[in-house]
Amino acid sequence: MLSSLATVLFDGFAYGMLLFLLSVGLSVTLGMMNFVNLAHCSFAAVGGYCTVTLMNSFGWPFLASLPMAFIAAALVSVVLERTLYRHLYRSSDLDQCLLTIGIVFVSVAAFAWFYTTEQQSARPPEWLRAPITVGDINFAGYRLFLIVFGLAVTALLVLLLERTRFGAQVRAAVDNQRMARGLGIDVDRAFMITFALGGGLAGLGGALAIEVVGLDPTFALAFLVYVLIVVAVGGLGSIGGSFAAAVVLGISDMAGKYYFPWLGAFLIYLVMVALLMWRPAGLFGKR
Amino acid sequence: MKKLLIAAALAAAFGTAHAQQTVRIGLVLSSSGQFADAGAQLDNGIKTYMKMHGDTVGGRKIELIRRDTGGIAPDVAKRLSQELVVRDKVDILAGYVLTPNAMAAADVSAEAKKFMVVMNAATSVIITKSPYMIRTSVVLPQVMETFGTWAATKGGLKQTYTMVTDYGPGHDSERAFQTGFKNAGGTIVGSVRFPVANPDFAAFVQRAKDIAPESIYIFIPGGAQPAALGKAFAERGIDKQKTKVLGSGEATAEAALKAMGDNALDIITAWHYDYKLDNKLNAAFVKEFNAMHGRNPDFFSIGGYDGMHAIYETLKKTQGNTDGEALIAAAKGLRWQSPRGPMSIDPETRDVVQTVYIRRVQKVGGELVNVPFDKVENVRDPDGERRKMK
Amino acid sequence: MENASGHFRQKVRWHPLEIAFWLCTLLPFVVTPAYLSLASQIAITALFALSLDLILGYAGIVSLGHAAFFGVGAYSAGLLAKHYWGEPLAGLILAAAAAGIVGYAMSHIVVRFRHLALIMLTLGLGLLLHEAANSASDLTGGADGLQGVKVGTLFGFRFDMFGRTAYAYSLAVLFVCFLACRRIIHSPFGLALRGIRENAVRMPAIGAPSLAHLRKAYTIAAVMAGIAGALLTHTTSTVSLETLSFGRSADVLVILILGGAGRLYGGIIGAIIYMVARDQFSGINPQYWYFWIGLLLVLVVMFLPNGILGGISALDKKSQ
Repeated sequence: MLSSLATVLFDGFAYGMLLFLLSVGLSVTLGMMNFVNLAHCSFAAVGGYCTVTLMNSFGWPFLASLPMAFIAAALVSVVLERTLYRHLYRSSDLDQCLLTIGIVFVSVAAFAWFYTTEQQSARPPEWLRAPITVGDINFAGYRLFLIVFGLAVTALLVLLLERTRFGAQVRAAVDNQRMARGLGIDVDRAFMITFALGGGLAGLGGALAIEVVGLDPTFALAFLVYVLIVVAVGGLGSIGGSFAAAVVLGISDMAGKYYFPWLGAFLIYLVMVALLMWRPAGLFGKR
Repeated sequence: MKKLLIAAALAAAFGTAHAQQTVRIGLVLSSSGQFADAGAQLDNGIKTYMKMHGDTVGGRKIELIRRDTGGIAPDVAKRLSQELVVRDKVDILAGYVLTPNAMAAADVSAEAKKFMVVMNAATSVIITKSPYMIRTSVVLPQVMETFGTWAATKGGLKQTYTMVTDYGPGHDSERAFQTGFKNAGGTIVGSVRFPVANPDFAAFVQRAKDIAPESIYIFIPGGAQPAALGKAFAERGIDKQKTKVLGSGEATAEAALKAMGDNALDIITAWHYDYKLDNKLNAAFVKEFNAMHGRNPDFFSIGGYDGMHAIYETLKKTQGNTDGEALIAAAKGLRWQSPRGPMSIDPETRDVVQTVYIRRVQKVGGELVNVPFDKVENVRDPDGERRKMK
Repeated sequence: MENASGHFRQKVRWHPLEIAFWLCTLLPFVVTPAYLSLASQIAITALFALSLDLILGYAGIVSLGHAAFFGVGAYSAGLLAKHYWGEPLAGLILAAAAAGIVGYAMSHIVVRFRHLALIMLTLGLGLLLHEAANSASDLTGGADGLQGVKVGTLFGFRFDMFGRTAYAYSLAVLFVCFLACRRIIHSPFGLALRGIRENAVRMPAIGAPSLAHLRKAYTIAAVMAGIAGALLTHTTSTVSLETLSFGRSADVLVILILGGAGRLYGGIIGAIIYMVARDQFSGINPQYWYFWIGLLLVLVVMFLPNGILGGISALDKKSQ
């Protein structure tokens, strides 16, 4: 009884870490520049396909391909930001939606063209996947890795935000963009770097997700809903918010499926609706 | 005399022109969206068949007009089928990856009296929707009920816990397997249904483990899920020697095996086709498929391959006559050797009759392979048989 | 100096382009009779987009779950036709009523939120309804769709595979609903809605009860979306879970933005362009048509801000 609770919490937390990595970039960029980037999960897919290519065509080991997944996704996001997104910062939300949805469609077709519609796999090494037994509970090694990795990234991000000058600039820009500009902060540059960081993290999430949920061209659309849920529930522009929301959603999804399987997918939507009605600006969002 | 010669020449010209008229086949597939890979593999199977057997039958050329439904969209599938008949004047309707699409298009086949070949959709009741329809893929109860019966008899199992995805095909296979299993003396100790597009199975597998059944039966659609489920089994420490894992063939498809790795070993499945089937026809088919498409065929491909074969054979029998009545009459009772083994079209239900293979995942030459160790031949769809008796 | 009623009378007068447009909608009967099925589906989507425009373009409520009402309407019409009565007009009325009730109920939650919370709530409610319909497979047929829908004749005309009846029916219903919308937009109620969209906080100060107005608009939009859903059931004799799906909600949002929200004709223009483009691209390239549609969307946004109609009106202003 207690052991199953432990495994549900553990698995839910790991799933939450994956959701966090996929969502934190969107939360910060949305909060900072109010730019609706629905193509965020395409960056995740870029990271995923980068890992697949490096591992299956070039024989790279899994862990070595992860930084490349980050860099590839970050590069793609910067290029898109400089060429297309920049022109639409003052456009309506609806126009931003349309542009980024168009980009998602193009990316799905591009992935299908280069990689076919086949399911891809990128297996981490044996030692990373080995189960760890504590008493009579089996903990999946890879999920432990996800948790450790997720926590490390969170710590790094918080450090970056709280302890560096760049972080201070980002926080200022999220709080009050006009004021920040008025103070001489180069908001556009800060945003570009933040955007790259967020995209890169999504790419990392995409690469790590392959082992858990697989990869095919429709990944960019399939995960968009989950990412939006995490961002909305967590609150825009907040790392802590994304973290909390991702963990809550990951655990409630897992717990729901274990304790109330007949509810199935209902639970995650019910939790979202309930949380949003209670706190419309998100758990850690500004009013 | 000259007039006669001219008349004869004209008659000959007209005659050959008529004989050279193409046979147009409307191919409705899901080429984009969630089921794009299924559509692509089905089409690959068709292309391979046409490469191996030419594109002319009974003196007439075969022309394919392809349309995409984008996924589950019965309104679109129906409209596309209507347009193929009314606008593109096709002689035959074919394809149909998904059940709702096939059901909707059947109305068009019935109204326009067009021969329709369902090359994938596997729900039993589809075949009743048009008297001009045949199916060359598989019928879920055909495999699953047979599997249930086998499991409780030759499989020697007395208990099972079923886990299926919560949608039409999942419900159908759950019902079919449980019927076969119970009728052969087994007991169902519990069941659970996963939400559709469920990314993570750990919680469900843990529930199963808590009950510690003698066997677990799973049914999930292809794509990313089989691998995720296989991994969940390994992570939760399900010992396949103590708990037999039974599944549909989709659970151990090539991509799933690759993603599951050794977690897949000893999973027992029942299915009608695997690219590693050991016979001459299949070897030739796989070789040509590899050369053309750079990957291995799967059951979507064989549905397309045999669908084209059925079309070619019926056209040969009617000598190029594409009238719906003529083609369906020629199709009833058609039997042939396919890369999947011997198969036929039931003369009464117009549905596919074929061999169900019972396979176990084993390592052969360093590769994970579904190795058939038993089979049930000439299996008809039991639901179809029950409908006959009503 | 114009008085208020004069202003309204001027707006309500029909522009010659509008009359030309509606006359052109009769062309498919004569010019492209092989495309009548597509035309009827465009008309249905146009009605659906028009209903979304009412709440998005005019009242400022961004909804990612509008398909909920479309699906409720579709299933109501389907269930009526399957179990009791195949008369299409009865189905329309039932669908409108059912969708209206669901819309009214949801409106109490929806209108109290704004921004991202509003979008996600509509998304969540839509997804919940979709799941519920999947679970209630005994009633709805689940993932296989509702089977056995027998739609009767419309004034003696059968819904056959040539699509004439389907298009005449969809077009007529679209036109009637359009007229109703036009009336609403140009009424004081419509003006109030636009006021709420611009500044929700100030409106009660001038005596316009924001929330009540929004609920009314949301309900009317739900009714229209339900009617569109019923049209789909009647013209295709099929109902599937897809009518309630997120995909359909997202598609209609894209269509409306493409055409230009808040311009009455935006949904209709968007529906025509998107569906014709999709049909043509998908016919040429069934596997990768996504690419061309995506490209179309990107180009429209870059060169025609505020949708096609928005871009045209901007060009029009520039040329003056």
